Amino acid sequence: MTQQLPPAGADQATGGVAGTTVEDVEPATVSVASQWRLMWWRFRKHKLALGGLVVTALLYFVAVFADFLAPYDSGRLDPEYTYAPPQSLHVVDTSEGWDWGLYVHGYTAEQDPETLEIRFAVDESTKVPVELFTRGPSYRLFGLFETNIHLIGPADPDGPPMYLLGADRLGRDQLSRIIHGTRVSMSVGLVGVAIAFVLGITLGGVSGYLGGRVDTVIQRMVEFFMSLPTLPLWLGLAAAVPTDWGPLTRYFMITVVLSFVAWTSLAREVRGRFLSLREEDFVMAARLDGAGRRAIIFGHMLPSFTSHLIATLTLAIPAMILAETALSFLGLGLQPPVVSWGVLLQEAQQIRVISTAPWLLLPGLAVVIAVLSLNFLGDGLRDAADPYRR
Amino acid sequence: MAAFLARRLLYMVPTVFLISLVAFVIIQLPPGDYLTTLVAQYAAQGESLDQAQLDALNQRYGLDDPFYVQYWKWISGILFHLDFGQSFEWSRSVSSLLADRLPLTMALAGLTLLLTWIVAVPLGAYSAVRQYSIGDYLATTIGFLGLATPNFLLALVMLWVAFSTFGLSVGEANPVTFAIAILVLGTAGTAGLIRILRANLLDELRKPYVVAARAQGLPEGRLLVRYPLRVAMNPFFSTIGWLLPSLVGGEVIVATVMNLNTVGPLLLGALRSQDMYLAGSIILILGVLTVVGTLISDIALAWLDPRVRLRYR
Amino acid sequence: MTPHSDDSNRRAAAVAEKDVAAPADPTAVGRELAATGTILRIDGLRTYFHGDESVVKAVDGVSLDVPRGRTMCVVGESGCGKSITARSVLGLIDPPGRIEGGHLWWHPDPEAPAVDLAGLDPRGDAIRQVRGGQIGMVFQEPMASLSPMYTIGDQLVQAIRLHRAVTPAEARELAIAQLRRVGIPQPERRFDAYSFQLSGGMCQRVMIAIALSCDPALLIADEPTTALDVTTQARILDLIAQLQEETGMSVMFITHDLGVVAEIADDVTVMYLGTAAEQGSVTDIFDRPRHPYTQALLASVPTLGQARKERLAAIAGMVPSPENRPVGCPFHTRCPSVMPGLCDVTAPAVRPLGDRHAAACHLLDPGLQRPPVTAPPAAPATAPVAAAPPAAAGAVPPATEPLLSVRGLRMTFPVKKGFFGRTVGHVQAVDDVDLDVFPGETLGLVGESGCGKTTLGRCIVRALDPTAGTVLYRDPDTGAAVDLARLGPKELRPYREQVRVIFQDPFGSLNPRKTLLQLISEPLRRIHSAKLDSTVEDQVAAMLRRVGLRPEYLRRYPHAFSGGQRQRINIARALITRPRLVIADEAVSALDVSIRAQILNLLRDLQDEYRLTYLFISHDLSVVEHACDRVAVMYLGRIVEQARTVDLFRGPRHPYTEALLSAVPVPDPHLRGAGRRIRLADELPDPSAPPPGCRFHTRCPHRQETRCDTESPALARAGAGDGPAHLAACHFSTTLALRGVAGPTGDEEGTRP
Repeated sequence: MTQQLPPAGADQATGGVAGTTVEDVEPATVSVASQWRLMWWRFRKHKLALGGLVVTALLYFVAVFADFLAPYDSGRLDPEYTYAPPQSLHVVDTSEGWDWGLYVHGYTAEQDPETLEIRFAVDESTKVPVELFTRGPSYRLFGLFETNIHLIGPADPDGPPMYLLGADRLGRDQLSRIIHGTRVSMSVGLVGVAIAFVLGITLGGVSGYLGGRVDTVIQRMVEFFMSLPTLPLWLGLAAAVPTDWGPLTRYFMITVVLSFVAWTSLAREVRGRFLSLREEDFVMAARLDGAGRRAIIFGHMLPSFTSHLIATLTLAIPAMILAETALSFLGLGLQPPVVSWGVLLQEAQQIRVISTAPWLLLPGLAVVIAVLSLNFLGDGLRDAADPYRR
Repeated sequence: MAAFLARRLLYMVPTVFLISLVAFVIIQLPPGDYLTTLVAQYAAQGESLDQAQLDALNQRYGLDDPFYVQYWKWISGILFHLDFGQSFEWSRSVSSLLADRLPLTMALAGLTLLLTWIVAVPLGAYSAVRQYSIGDYLATTIGFLGLATPNFLLALVMLWVAFSTFGLSVGEANPVTFAIAILVLGTAGTAGLIRILRANLLDELRKPYVVAARAQGLPEGRLLVRYPLRVAMNPFFSTIGWLLPSLVGGEVIVATVMNLNTVGPLLLGALRSQDMYLAGSIILILGVLTVVGTLISDIALAWLDPRVRLRYR
Repeated sequence: MTPHSDDSNRRAAAVAEKDVAAPADPTAVGRELAATGTILRIDGLRTYFHGDESVVKAVDGVSLDVPRGRTMCVVGESGCGKSITARSVLGLIDPPGRIEGGHLWWHPDPEAPAVDLAGLDPRGDAIRQVRGGQIGMVFQEPMASLSPMYTIGDQLVQAIRLHRAVTPAEARELAIAQLRRVGIPQPERRFDAYSFQLSGGMCQRVMIAIALSCDPALLIADEPTTALDVTTQARILDLIAQLQEETGMSVMFITHDLGVVAEIADDVTVMYLGTAAEQGSVTDIFDRPRHPYTQALLASVPTLGQARKERLAAIAGMVPSPENRPVGCPFHTRCPSVMPGLCDVTAPAVRPLGDRHAAACHLLDPGLQRPPVTAPPAAPATAPVAAAPPAAAGAVPPATEPLLSVRGLRMTFPVKKGFFGRTVGHVQAVDDVDLDVFPGETLGLVGESGCGKTTLGRCIVRALDPTAGTVLYRDPDTGAAVDLARLGPKELRPYREQVRVIFQDPFGSLNPRKTLLQLISEPLRRIHSAKLDSTVEDQVAAMLRRVGLRPEYLRRYPHAFSGGQRQRINIARALITRPRLVIADEAVSALDVSIRAQILNLLRDLQDEYRLTYLFISHDLSVVEHACDRVAVMYLGRIVEQARTVDLFRGPRHPYTEALLSAVPVPDPHLRGAGRRIRLADELPDPSAPPPGCRFHTRCPHRQETRCDTESPALARAGAGDGPAHLAACHFSTTLALRGVAGPTGDEEGTRP
């Protein structure tokens, strides 16, 4: 009884006789709404999915403007501040009346005489002023414009550093590294899905449209790939990527390895859609209207399942992100100095380290947030993908 | 049923063959062959191999032979002598290494499977039957979180909690870490199964035969268990197929974090140091286990679902 | 576990306590029901579905009585709430639906107080005793209503043991007896069969066996024959009637088919938009309908034996959706006798018209100034009957050459199996078919599902590539003949505009992602490579107007339209190229009665206007008789009989045609039992291994051992007295005495010797 579309409207029809018109009271906006608008109407009812969309968009925004958003670049180290804890950002200094302005407190460091471990404490008395749109290390925005403006950073670039999310073993800023890691982690999914998409849609489309022997062979192939255990295969292939390759080649190879497994389900999906659409009455109707093969595929069949494809692709991204994180965590994926969330988590392999510096797990939180929001987004898209379902 | 089994077993042959091929390719992938690595390793230890030993090894692995001969030597050794080759890192035969570690791995996988089922079935069923209730939202949230959290992260967090609050000693395997490993491994599987079961059961609950059974006066509980749940349970039998390899896969990471004496860390170590005979063998075994798991789940499905058994689908 | 008197007192008391709003006393109601011989009284039932934004009042104040030991038919168009009413009785409404008000007085034992089923907890014990134990229910989709995971025997045993204290062994015996009782051959073997191994008819028998396994006092049958073929339907209806006779149970039968109503009902309730419009005995309803809706509904049904090609009296417009219920009388938006200021303001009360006959219409208000309409349906949409072509009685111009000649057409589908898709067999969907279609005529093609009629149609339009044979098309302008079966895609293109198709499914045949303009102009753009300019737009707009839609709809998408309107769009798309031959493949089968009449009328008007030739494919014999000049009957891929409509229906020459005709329920209760009842076995032979000889011999009541199972009969001129156009494929077509449909002229005896 749930209504997919707004009520069809009571037709106050008088049209028993051909020639007289049939009236209707259908709201005009619904009547002329295209598939994408209907999908959007359905999608926005799904609050979680909407949230997922916002967060995902935000993450990709961060990935694009990482250089600007991060206070430091990803490699900047400061051995004096090993495992410095997070500082909290203050807006108002109330110690001596009301003094507006961003600042963080500095650290006092003392060495444990027995373990030689350095312990930091937040020093309430020192103030490190923080500025918005401050000058910091220079970078090229989009690889084009040389600039050194950062969203936030210590007012004095050469003064004491700012660690809003703490520092790691080498005194590198966690926040900057997580922001820079967004780039690789979020793009691995996109690039991997793109590769899988090309493979999947080509093979699936060929399989579904041609049918017959070709279909059988491709299907057997897909089944074989699906019967392979995913993670060991990933591990094996990733391990086979030579360690001395450059970061970019390695990044590319890892995404290829990841998409190696993901394309199968896409190919299945595309094939299934093709097969079921081929049987649809409206496709046959188009054929009888004289539409050629191309017009049918690109005019009728593809538009009918692009929305489903987008949903499936969206749902494939989080799996890729998780896989990259796992591979990198194990040291088989990307290698430093490349920064991804998985690479960052390599720092957190020892329980003792975690108990001294729990903030090293924060990249994991970023992974969870990214995966969750992509999953919500994908689920919402899938539910909205067919606005005509009855 | 016999015909079904025979057919199903026959289909396995090409798959297993292809898997072995993939494993062998992985063995061969890293630059340099086994021997150069071995020589390098001995050299690093300040020892050297004499030419006779080298020739013997060369003969043994057929390193100068074409690909297919090497493959044949490798696979025939496995098939006829259970000889998976030599791990140069451990300087032991791969088979003896595996024999040490497989039992614990299997125990881990089995217990995890059990935990997954025990938690996922009631939660999934409850979630579907009481759709949109608070419990449903809770189960769905757990499901989503469980899927979104990487296994190793969960393991790290749980270990950290155990370490900092209960003073758990880390470093050696003990029942607590083992339990945590099961819990962690179970979470992801459980989360996935809850979602699958909920979706399937919701579909089934809307089918006419449920209404028809209710119209006979069947009590709700019996109705649920006997009819829709029975059909919706089908994916659970498939889990036998994919859970085992995914467990071993997930276990690679978790066991590494937890220092467990299972196959996972062995595989990881082998991959890291490019100890390819060991790695390839483990991948081969996992691949074959997957196929066997799929076989078992298919048989279970056929046994339980008459539509599959009688080939009406 | 005998459910009855003992605890029903207690239960009734509990109900009375719970149902505070209801002042009715179960004992008093019980006495009243006993006095009137009523077993179930539905009193002001309201079942609503709560959506996110709106409430759908699926059933809104229905009242009806099911008399003890008789059959009450509830009839209405789709969306009128008849199924929801039936399910409400047993508390089978799934959330978000809920019974909001009214009573369901259930009174199986005349001595005991009545029980209000509406007051019982739908998950409680009390209602469960009623379900299956006291009231059995049968559903529309027999196959889907049985679980595929258990054998039918298991399910039957379970139903028996739910309500009867018997051992498993006894239950098994009872179950087998029950299967035998519902006419399942070899019940011991079928006991272990699964639902998917049985035909739809068999499954429905099993469902009936389950529903009746505990001897309920009432059987609720919710469209039990709608999904079945007409010959199977006849046998299921017979079975229900026979079981009712044996057990004396009451039957509440939900259907949309007035023919079925006339065939089986004692009493009838006509529902419209969640309310009961009229209730009365079957003769009252068919002979003296008082509600304008009942009158209009009856008038819009084409009936077998009616004079051909008369315009149908369609009901204007379509059923409003339940979310947009009109204020006042729900029917006033379509009512020919609507009284503004009254009907659209106040809902009419139910007026008793004597002897269980009642209707809810302001016209029956005794205080009303205007005289009530008693005249036969003054359907507004009816054009003057004079418009019907005078040449109605079989206007076949035999002298002219056929527009389309099909010769020796075969369509074979391979049956694939296994790992590499080996071909293990063939299905001859169309097997050596010859067919002529003459210009300007309407040729009907009838047969049960799976007979190959749709495949034949698709071969003719070359949606499929026939395996063998010719499809000769004579261009009426040039006179040149061309074999469509041999043309390649390019050469076929010019003929794509001359031969067009109207599809069955108004929802699946329109791409939901295209506007009407794009959809209807597609053939122009594809065949003529026309650009989407203003000329094309004008052409489409004119066509829209012609099929009864507004030209402003050009930019709208199909989802804005209802089934009937979509079928108009389909017609517009078919006719935009000014075709010669239109193949209407079950074009009206998915539509409600009143909408179907509109579309049939439209098709007829367009035929006159555009000089169209129709190949009308349908399983519905009454529609075919109404719409067609000639009819061809198909069985298992072959044409078994072909004749002028009136000849075929009055004097069939093939036993299969005879059986089909006798199985069609006639919407006239007075003809009940008038015809000879021929009932075919349920099972259609496996089309991949058709029987040798005459394909019909396995089910033929006139089968003779000498030739039928060995020699395949050819389609040849039938009986001596028949015209040259009457062909039949039966060895004994000249000697058999077969019986057709009685015409309105009273030609009761037909050709019986």
